[in-house]
Parts: sequence; C-alpha cells; structure tokens
Amino acid sequence: MTENKTIAFSDEALAKAKKIIARYPEGKQKSAMLPLLHLAQAEFDGWLSPEVMDYVATLMNVKPIEVYEVATFYSMFNTKPVGKFLLEVCQTSSCWLRGSNEIVNHIKKRLNIEVGETTDDGLFTLKTVECLGSCGTAPMLQCGADFHENLTIEKVDELIDALKNKKERSSYLKSLVNS
Amino acid sequence: MGKKLLLQHINEPGIQTFEVYRKMGGYASVEKALKTMKPDDVTEEVKKSGLRGRGGAGFPAGMKWSFIDKKSEKPRYLVCNADESEPGTFKDRYLMEKIPHALIEGMITSSYALGAKTSYIYIRGEYMYIVRILEKAIEEAYANGFLGKNILGTDYSLELYVHPGAGAYICGEETALLESLEGKRGNPRLKPPFPAIAGLYACPTVVNNVETIAAVVPIINNGGDEYAKIGIGKSTGTKLISASGHINKPGVYEIELGLPVEEFIYSEEYCGGIWKGRKLKAVVAGGSSVPILPTNLILTTAKGEPRLMTYESLSDGGFATGTMLGSGGFIVMDETASIVENLYTFARFYHHESCGQCSPCREGTGWMEKILHRIEEGRGSMKDIDLLADIAKHIEGNTICPLGDAAAWPVSSAIRHFRQEFEDHIKLQRCPLSR
Ligand SMILES: Cc1cc2nc3c(=O)[nH]c(=O)nc-3n(C[C@H](O)[C@H](O)[C@H](O)COP(=O)(O)O)c2cc1C
Ligand code: SF4
Ligand code: FES
Repeated sequence: MTENKTIAFSDEALAKAKKIIARYPEGKQKSAMLPLLHLAQAEFDGWLSPEVMDYVATLMNVKPIEVYEVATFYSMFNTKPVGKFLLEVCQTSSCWLRGSNEIVNHIKKRLNIEVGETTDDGLFTLKTVECLGSCGTAPMLQCGADFHENLTIEKVDELIDALKNKKERSSYLKSLVNS
Repeated sequence: MGKKLLLQHINEPGIQTFEVYRKMGGYASVEKALKTMKPDDVTEEVKKSGLRGRGGAGFPAGMKWSFIDKKSEKPRYLVCNADESEPGTFKDRYLMEKIPHALIEGMITSSYALGAKTSYIYIRGEYMYIVRILEKAIEEAYANGFLGKNILGTDYSLELYVHPGAGAYICGEETALLESLEGKRGNPRLKPPFPAIAGLYACPTVVNNVETIAAVVPIINNGGDEYAKIGIGKSTGTKLISASGHINKPGVYEIELGLPVEEFIYSEEYCGGIWKGRKLKAVVAGGSSVPILPTNLILTTAKGEPRLMTYESLSDGGFATGTMLGSGGFIVMDETASIVENLYTFARFYHHESCGQCSPCREGTGWMEKILHRIEEGRGSMKDIDLLADIAKHIEGNTICPLGDAAAWPVSSAIRHFRQEFEDHIKLQRCPLSR
C-alpha cells in the first residue's frame, strides 16, 4: 500500500460491509468483526496492516485495540504481507498418513523457500496448517478458497505452473459475494 | 444396505437447489411443525427420538432444548456449530456442500421449537466456498416463503444468517464460538452459566452441530418413535462417519448406529478394507481427541464381544480398553504407521490451538509436542515416556474447557497401548517404521 493513499473500502465492499453489520442486533455491531476483517484482507493485498485494522475499527465503532487482539488470534488473518498465492498445506494426521510431508518438501524444493517464507518474486508463500476438513481426500492444500485434494507431486507442479500464469490474487473472499 | 435418513437423496441431480430438494419432499418438516404442532411438541418429538448431539459430546438434543430459559424476556437464539475443525472430521462439510437445504430446513424447524427469531450458522472460515452455497440456499428459502416474515402465512418469523470464523479450532467449543460470534477472541467461558441461560449476547441460546440439526428433519417427518427404532439402546438413529487414513475408500458414510466396527472397516459398502493389502494397526474412532485403540481392541471389546459403532460399545471398558464415538472422525492406520509420529501431529495441533487461558493446557501441550518430537527423531530417553504420561495426567480435568482433556487422552492412550513402540524409538534412536 502506498503511504499517501487513504484507506477505505471500494463502494462495493462498503455496501457489503453495511449489509454484514445489519445482520446483528442493535448495539452488537462488533459481531461483524470476523466477516469485516475477511473483507478487508481481500480488499487490501491479502493482509491486515495496522492502518487497515484502524479503518475496520471505525466501521464498527470500536476501539482499534479490539480489532488488533482479534486479528492476532485467528490463523486466517495475516498481520504481515504475504505472497500473491498462499499455499497452505495441511500437515495433521490424516494428511500426514497419506504423504503430506512429501508434498511440503517438494514445494520447498520447487520454490526454493522454507515454510513461512515468500518467493523473491512475491508470488508464493508456503504455510503449513492444521486439519482443514479434507481428510478423506488427503493430502491436500488450500489456496484462496480453493481446496486442492488427493495431491500428488505432479498435481502440485501443475498447480504452481497454472498459478504463475494467473493475474489475480486468489482470494477466498470471492465467495462472500452474496453477503 | 443400512437405512439412510440424511444422505438418501445425495445422488439426485440438482439436489443442491430448492426446486429439486422440495420435489424430493424437502421442507415438509417445516410445514408440519409450523402448521400442526406447538413448539413444545417439536421438542417432545426430538426427546422421544433419543437423538444425541453429533458434535462430539453426545448430549441428548431434546433435553438440551428443554433447558432453554423460556421465562426470560430476552430474545432466544439457535446457533449452528459448523466449525468442524476436529482432525479427521469432514462430514458437516459434505452435508452442507451436497445438500445445503437439509441444514436450512433443520434450522427453521429447530428455531421454531426454541422460539428463536434470529439464528446463525457459524462456519469455519476455511469453508468459505460453502458460505456461498449456504447463502444461495438461504436466499432460495426466503424467496419461497420458508424464511423471513410470517413463514407459510403463520405468525412465525425467522431471520437466518451465515457467519464465517477465521481459523481457530477452539471456536468449535460452544462458549468460545459464542465469544467469537460476538466479535472477540475465541476464549472459552467458565460454566455455569450455560448457554441455555446466558449464551449469545447473554441471551438464552442453544448451540447444536450441523448433523444434529439436519437430523431433526426426519425426526419431525416420521416421528420421534420411528427414529428411535433405528440403532441400539441409547444410540438411536443414523450417524455420519468421516473415514480417512489407510483405507481403500476414504469418505463420508451414513451408518445405522450399531453397525459392527469390523464390517465398517472391511466391507465394500464402507471403507473397503486396508489399502495396499496391508494389515490394520490402530484406529482413532471419533476424531483426534479420543483414545487410540489397537486392532484387537477396536474390533472386539475386552469382554470379547464384537465392537459396534455405538456410543456405548465404543466406550465399553472405559479408557482402559475403550474409546469414544466422538465426532465420528474415523482415522485408520496400517502396520507401517508410526504411532509416535501420528501422536506428534496431534500434539502439535493441540499446542497450536490452545487458547492459552489455562496454564496446564497452554504449557502442557507445548511440552508434550516437544517431547514427542524428540522421541520421534530418536533423541528421547526412557524417562520421557513417564514424563509424557505425567504431563497428560496433570492437564486432564484441570482446565476451563475440554481442549485440555482432548490433548491429554490421545497421549495417555498411545502410551497405554503402544508403550513398546515408544521404547523402540528410544532404544534404536530413530523411528523403527520411518519410510
Ligand atoms: C475444543 C473443542 C472443539 C469442538 N469443536 C466442535 C466442532 O467443531 N463442531 C461441533 O459441532 N462441536 C464441537 N465441539 C462441541 C461443542 O462444544 C458442543 O458440545 C456442540 O456444538 C454441541 O452440539 P451437539 O449437542 O449438537 O453435538 C467442540 C468442543 C471442544 C471442547
Ligand atoms: S483448556 Fe486450553 S483451550 Fe480450553 S480454555 Fe484452557 S487454555 Fe483455552
Ligand atoms: S488432516 Fe488434513 S485435512 Fe484433515
């Protein structure tokens, strides 16, 4: 984000935010916290800067600290910049039983990064995560809202190749269309 | 073929849409309840059905409903727990994705019974694509007069919303879920008061699992007594089982409670046996939180009877020789799997997910993770085994919420049943099974 740009949602996102806030009773607008932070993350490059969090606080009429303490609690919120494509590989039991270690090792080698790191071109960040409810189609990884299941080394390579040609950041928020 | 109540129309083309769902008899329970039954009659049928909560604890649903404070002037809420983060569990996702109207219908009928005017479905944030599916289904239900003001011309009105979480297993615990829904960190609350008295916004609230709410539909359609005829004893009805790990056919299966475990694992209708022609070694039968059992004990009880898929049979023998049905997350391990490494993945999980409020859980889970890592890597000592067991014992029962127990039970049970394998890791200074 450039420094002189004031932080504000697009008209479309702002309309969504208002609709979300209206789902909760009078005086309970703080309930909109998680959906609004998801929206903010989608609007502002996939992560929540302090300025973005301050902006979200004003939308709900709460103190900034109330937003910071929530944003740092939940694993889906990034409080540091991330690559355009976040590859989140599940490493819990059922995925591990079916080879998630090999998947992680392959991605590390292929992209030349460690877990938690971003490639120099800013395209990929590799993360390991805990069970995502895809245990029956293990091993798996999530990128944006998409689940990539029954993974093999070949499938991972195909995915990385396809993402390299994709223009848009993969955002799980595309799914919140109706809200 | 066992009886199917939740998934019987799962292969019907277009069942995701209101139109097809309705054609297959959908929303009949709403019509029946709102037009011919009083709210308390609905609760009565659920009581008669013997339905037990499908989220993990197995508490009788009708009884939970009857605890809701109806004298309070405050609004009442029904909150559906779609957080589904227990490792090995993916049945709610399957149900919501394939047949979303089953959940919406169950929410309407159940909200009517409880007198809720606003209800929420709290779904884990990683299931964002299902948020869209559910919101579409909800829109269709509004458009067809099943949600909103004066449903089907009656004086009952209901607003229903989907609320995404943001990645935190602990938010599956019902009071943490309510905190999270209020826009806060997911720290479990001290109980009492229970949600039935002071839940969401300190108002009377019922929290139920997705599958529990969906099961209300066939209960109202066919009557509680009919539902109770399926199953054995206090394990009535059907249950969705998420099967994963080293089996030929991982997936979600609806079983009649009472099915023998052996049949579930080996028959073609279900898991289809162990993959690659290997032998069964161990099973975690009800999601990561329940005790692990070796082959002999998962197939037969200590009394030598065949083990059945029921709450009672799986827990027969207590934790000495039994386990729990839990969430129905059935994880199967073949002879090549390292029990220690599997346990390490669980310990890492619980350490990561501890909310940090209680020191036994916050510190103990991290400590167990570290010790298990060192044993798996061949750097452990014999004393570590007793240390592990000791830490687990000190967490158990000493925390605000059951996550502490959930972290401790897998450890105690693995040492109880597979002590030799821990010792082998230590003696050989490496994993005896690593591939
Ligand atoms: C750490 C922890 C995680 C839980 N996760 C879930 C969950 O993901 N889904 C769920 O339905 N219940 C979960 N539960 C159980 C809930 O607290 C609660 O008992 C349940 O939602 C009640 O619904 P039921 O009676 O219909 O099962 C969890 C409990 C604990 C202690
Ligand atoms: S047991 Fe663990 S997760 Fe539960 S309240 Fe205590 S610290 Fe939090
Ligand atoms: S263990 Fe990986 S999705 Fe459940």
